[in-house]
Amino acid sequence: MSQGQQAVERREHAVSAPAYAAGSLLSTGGSGNATALDTVATLRAVRRGVRRRQLLLLLGLGALVVALFLARALLGDYRVSFVDGIRMISGTTIPGASFIFMESTLPRACMAVLAGAAFASAGAAFQSMLRNPLASPDVLGVNLGASAAAVFAVVLLGWTGMPVALVAFAGAVAVAVTIHSFAGRGGAATGRMILVGVGLAAVLSSVVHWVLLRADIHRAQDALVWLTGSLGSVSWGEIARLGVIVLVGLPLLTVVTRQLGVLGLGDDLAAGLGVRAHRLRIMITALVVLLTASATAVCGPIAFVGFLSGPIARRLTKGRTSIPAAALVGAAMVLAADYISAYADPGTAYPVGVVTGLAGAPVLVWLLIAGRRTIQEK
Amino acid sequence: MPVVVIVLGGTLAVGVAAALSLLIGTQSVAPSDIVAALFGNPVNEQVSGIVDSRIDRTLIGLVVGAAVGICGVVLQGLTRNPLAEPGILGINSGAALAVVIGIKLFALSSVGGYVWFALIGAVVTAIVVQLLALLAPVRAQPVTMALAGAAVMATSTSIVGAILVSDQGALDVFRFWQVGSVAGRDAGIILDVAPFLVIGFALSLASGSLLDTVALGDDLARGLGQRVLVHRLLAATGAILLAAAATALAGPIAFVGLVVPHVVRAVVGPDHRRILLGTLFAGPVLVVVADTIGRIVAAPSEVQAGIVCAVVGAPFLVGLVRRMNVA
Repeated sequence: MSQGQQAVERREHAVSAPAYAAGSLLSTGGSGNATALDTVATLRAVRRGVRRRQLLLLLGLGALVVALFLARALLGDYRVSFVDGIRMISGTTIPGASFIFMESTLPRACMAVLAGAAFASAGAAFQSMLRNPLASPDVLGVNLGASAAAVFAVVLLGWTGMPVALVAFAGAVAVAVTIHSFAGRGGAATGRMILVGVGLAAVLSSVVHWVLLRADIHRAQDALVWLTGSLGSVSWGEIARLGVIVLVGLPLLTVVTRQLGVLGLGDDLAAGLGVRAHRLRIMITALVVLLTASATAVCGPIAFVGFLSGPIARRLTKGRTSIPAAALVGAAMVLAADYISAYADPGTAYPVGVVTGLAGAPVLVWLLIAGRRTIQEK
Repeated sequence: MPVVVIVLGGTLAVGVAAALSLLIGTQSVAPSDIVAALFGNPVNEQVSGIVDSRIDRTLIGLVVGAAVGICGVVLQGLTRNPLAEPGILGINSGAALAVVIGIKLFALSSVGGYVWFALIGAVVTAIVVQLLALLAPVRAQPVTMALAGAAVMATSTSIVGAILVSDQGALDVFRFWQVGSVAGRDAGIILDVAPFLVIGFALSLASGSLLDTVALGDDLARGLGQRVLVHRLLAATGAILLAAAATALAGPIAFVGLVVPHVVRAVVGPDHRRILLGTLFAGPVLVVVADTIGRIVAAPSEVQAGIVCAVVGAPFLVGLVRRMNVA
């Protein structure tokens, strides 16, 4: 579908390009020159229109994220006014409010944005690189590597805290390295990487299920909370670390994935145009793993964010891969899911991961049903 | 590869796998005693019980393997996505949701009780996915179907998670269902889901030539005279019925549906009719062998067939993938 949309866009350009070429050949004649100028102007207008739409979309998504962030941070059990929020951040202590705001709602909101952006941008980059809308890091086992390692450490070894995060990080990296080495050179281009990843994911999820089966039921439930992803216990230190990684990784990923379009022409042609396909793919994979593994290590593999954000963003951008758009969609999804999970049922505080699917899936369904029609009727 | 070779080789492999499954187990019984029990004159009660349970799980393994494998071939062909399998199209997670609801609301704890919940859950989910794919302006397109499945899977998995996180008792029952196993079931449950299996196999096995033309793209298939939408729906219905029946029988043994079609394709070539035929043998072999291995590796306890399938099947897949170029 989204490829179809791209094809449609491309066709628009393709139709104008020969006309432009023909125009410049005839440029000695006055009428030919006019055609050329016309075409150039149209081309520019189309491109400007696309860019303007993109910008508007990013601004809109950004506004949505800001609104959800404020709602999550200020409108909890204990409502805090915006002014009080600013005062508390700058150091004033307001009895009662300070603790809840500074230790619970604000860090959770920050973490939701960071983790959502990390998972979503990584997912969108992978789906775009492997040209398969289902091939996000969670489907290919990168998150499951972290999960299997963490569950093993938590349930069978009884570890807690920082070591679990480190083990989870190592698990994700190990899976990515394994996929890459087994898929071989060019594996990403031929789909081998996808199949190897899915195979590995199946094994790892079996391991997780098996560990859950062997475990004492209380520990199994603790592990389940971790496995679905939770923002319940985040510290400012973790937020700072993930913040640095996202601030560095996200712009890099955005820049690097821009070149992916060229790979669509085939590796040889891409090489001719000055893009080193193999190196590009390795760089993207490394960034994706860094983002996914760091976020997973802190708050568990928050379900479906990486999987759903990419397709949602692609539909909003009418078929283009936009890492910033995906990141904003992911951040909005996790913020909304965290808000729902914390307050939907007063009796139980659900981990955020049990709601992310509920928050994202209807959007994707709606876009599937409604999104395309508008383009077709144009 | 000639059809005769596929049929003969397949029959032989299935026969060997079934024989091993009858002979090997956590309790060692002399082969002669087992043969005697098979022919109706068991040495004693205990041997008779052991052999009966081995027959049951072997039969269920054979049926489930064939059903999930064939379902995988059809779904991968229809969606033209090598990742398609009952899990990714939401069928397993729908069954899981229904089972969890059954556990939560009706305190289910027996395999016989799960069957109907899993069946209903799988069928309802599959219908929802199909409807979503049909509602989308570009009908039943491969990507649309896969994405609709993914969305439905996300929703039902979220609800399952929400229930399990707050209900320890349900988690304790569910964790045994979710690994997928052919053990501890009475072969009679096959008869319960037989109508689904019969219609499912008929529709799926008849879809070979459709899958061959669909592989060329829907437009070309239409140009070649296929009524793509109708046939697509029929084939998908067949695959869904098989997935639903298999999930009802053994829980989610999804990996078989993913790996077997790829392995069989590498052996018999790209003709979908041959792939379907080969899968009819290869699927059962994988499940039955996995179940047999599961009885040995952790004796005296057992590792469930679903787990062994993934651990045994994945290296196969990886090995194959390394040798070939998949599109």
